Amino acid sequence: MALLDVKDLNVRFATQEGEVHAVNGVSFALEKGEALGIVGESGSGKSQLAFSILGLLAANGRASGSITFDGGEILNLPEAQLNKIRADRIAMVFQDPMTALNPYMRISDQMAETLMQHKGLSKRDAVAQAVEMLDAVKIPDAKNRVRLFPHEFSGGMRQRVMIAMALLCKPDVLIADEPTTALDVTVQAQIMDLLGDLRRELGMATVLITHDLGVVAGFCERAIVMYGGQVMEQSEIDPLFAQPTHPYTKGLLAALPRLDADSTMTPIRGNPPNMTGAPTGCPFFPRCDFVKDICATTMPPLTTFAPGRARACHRAIEEVAA
Amino acid sequence: MSAPLIEARDLRVTFDIRRASDLPWTTPPKLRAVNGVSFALEQGKTLGIVGESGCGKSTLARALIRMLPSEGQVIWQGETDLVPLGPRAMLKHRADIQMIFQDPLASLDPRMTVGEIIAEPLRTHRPKMGRKERREKVRAVMEKVGLLPNQINRYPHEFSGGQCQRIGIARALVVEPKLLICDEPVSALDVSIQAQVIALLEDLKRDLGLTIIFIAHDLSVVRHICDEVMVLYLGQMMEAGPTERLFSAPQHPYTQALLSAVPIPDPVVERAKKLIHLEGDLPSPLNPPSGCPLRTRCPRATEICATTPPTATIEGREVFCHHPGPAPEVQAILEHG
Repeated sequence: MALLDVKDLNVRFATQEGEVHAVNGVSFALEKGEALGIVGESGSGKSQLAFSILGLLAANGRASGSITFDGGEILNLPEAQLNKIRADRIAMVFQDPMTALNPYMRISDQMAETLMQHKGLSKRDAVAQAVEMLDAVKIPDAKNRVRLFPHEFSGGMRQRVMIAMALLCKPDVLIADEPTTALDVTVQAQIMDLLGDLRRELGMATVLITHDLGVVAGFCERAIVMYGGQVMEQSEIDPLFAQPTHPYTKGLLAALPRLDADSTMTPIRGNPPNMTGAPTGCPFFPRCDFVKDICATTMPPLTTFAPGRARACHRAIEEVAA
Repeated sequence: MSAPLIEARDLRVTFDIRRASDLPWTTPPKLRAVNGVSFALEQGKTLGIVGESGCGKSTLARALIRMLPSEGQVIWQGETDLVPLGPRAMLKHRADIQMIFQDPLASLDPRMTVGEIIAEPLRTHRPKMGRKERREKVRAVMEKVGLLPNQINRYPHEFSGGQCQRIGIARALVVEPKLLICDEPVSALDVSIQAQVIALLEDLKRDLGLTIIFIAHDLSVVRHICDEVMVLYLGQMMEAGPTERLFSAPQHPYTQALLSAVPIPDPVVERAKKLIHLEGDLPSPLNPPSGCPLRTRCPRATEICATTPPTATIEGREVFCHHPGPAPEVQAILEHG
């Protein structure tokens, strides 16, 4: 049985312009210790998918479907029960460490709070463990710096603090939502290295949510490509890059600039989809080079075509590959 | 050979940093945001300026168009030095040097229509132009950047990020500039849209013979679009030269560290790759290291690096390093294909 099993998840937001369908019928499973990437551009629903797992949707958001964790349903649980899972069993690292940390609290207090709440430790023991964890994420002089406030750290160091905080209770699942997007490339590389090392040491499953295919290539064993709130392709990491089977994945890879080779940077024509109103057909059809009549009316089902690989497209694989 | 379109000689930008705790008669500490940058850019070429946040790349751009006071020289078309010019004398050149910005929506006035936004530079720089002609110009430039004529009366919020960037480009191009300065023009855009905007810039470069200064932190994009590259660190040049040469065999340890950190969208390459670590954090720009600014974090630093600022060396390329040379880790990434 999968550790985390998402089935037919839908997330909608009531807005003045109408109902926004952010996530539409997404299903996936996360195994113990696995590194899974969820890739998509802005508005693809990847972050809302993650937020709904921990019950962090905005007040106008509503999630339906099913999310089971360790055998029990966790979607739309009451706050009190969710709080037992949050940070303790499923922890999250957010994109912007400055806004995710409390600027009024010393790092020691913020980190100790988690341990006192979940593990019932004394303040003294909790701070001692916090220092250990800051050491583990390679913050120099952690013993003294634990007393500082978030603004006294650089962006990269702040992100290390947030990772340390997320790992305090040794969670089974770490969800990292664009953890390096706000950082410079050299810092990004260090943080991704660190996350990879910690994941292997602690044997924790990790969901990496990102728009950056390069980061996914280095970190993940498997990835889900989302567009317009739906899964376009799901695959083990190597074949996804070597033989993409969905027109969107293929288009994304062709649009990317590459450092190590001449790149064409072939654009995907058109604009991102409007997510207001119920989706009809495949969300990618207005921009797709392989579009057929049926694409505008019917969303193709996500179909497994090889072990560990699935795609949602009306065209045959050979047609897309050609 | 004709003179370069724009040439910077030993350009410096210094900020006085006065803190609340400083007493009024004390001299405020100086922050050297740009420290002795020189380059020459020929007509029709694209220069990429790369570096991490705080390296001074945006400050350099703002100094070039005199949005910030600077020292040194900026020679325009081989004759005029822009640095000592007053606002009035500078105005003559402003139409020739236009800029586009990182945040496409924030750089457009939300209360003006697309037509008004694009026409505004014409009102400033071509005040004698008639209404009809102005409208024609706006329509023509909209078509050139891929906006539809019926969008002329819409407001910026009705557009997506990529389209807003097209509006910004149209606004810059309407006065037919010779030099376009792009400050992180695609870093706020999604991959698929980023490629559209880059393709547009390439078309414009080819069709109009535009000269472009392209400021970016994404080295992959820079490799794709630029003819020349300059790498900055703490306001100083580390390495500069033709793109092909710099990206095929970087000599400076900082360039190498930057390149090794760029994620490559290929799992096989990415897993095999070895990162070149720079120790510690960026030093405070208020108190930069003596000698070479990189020396506190550089794997090759020796005694001379602390005492003497390195000067340029090596075949057709500037490498500001006492110990230049290729790094096998980086060559492995760049040469696998």
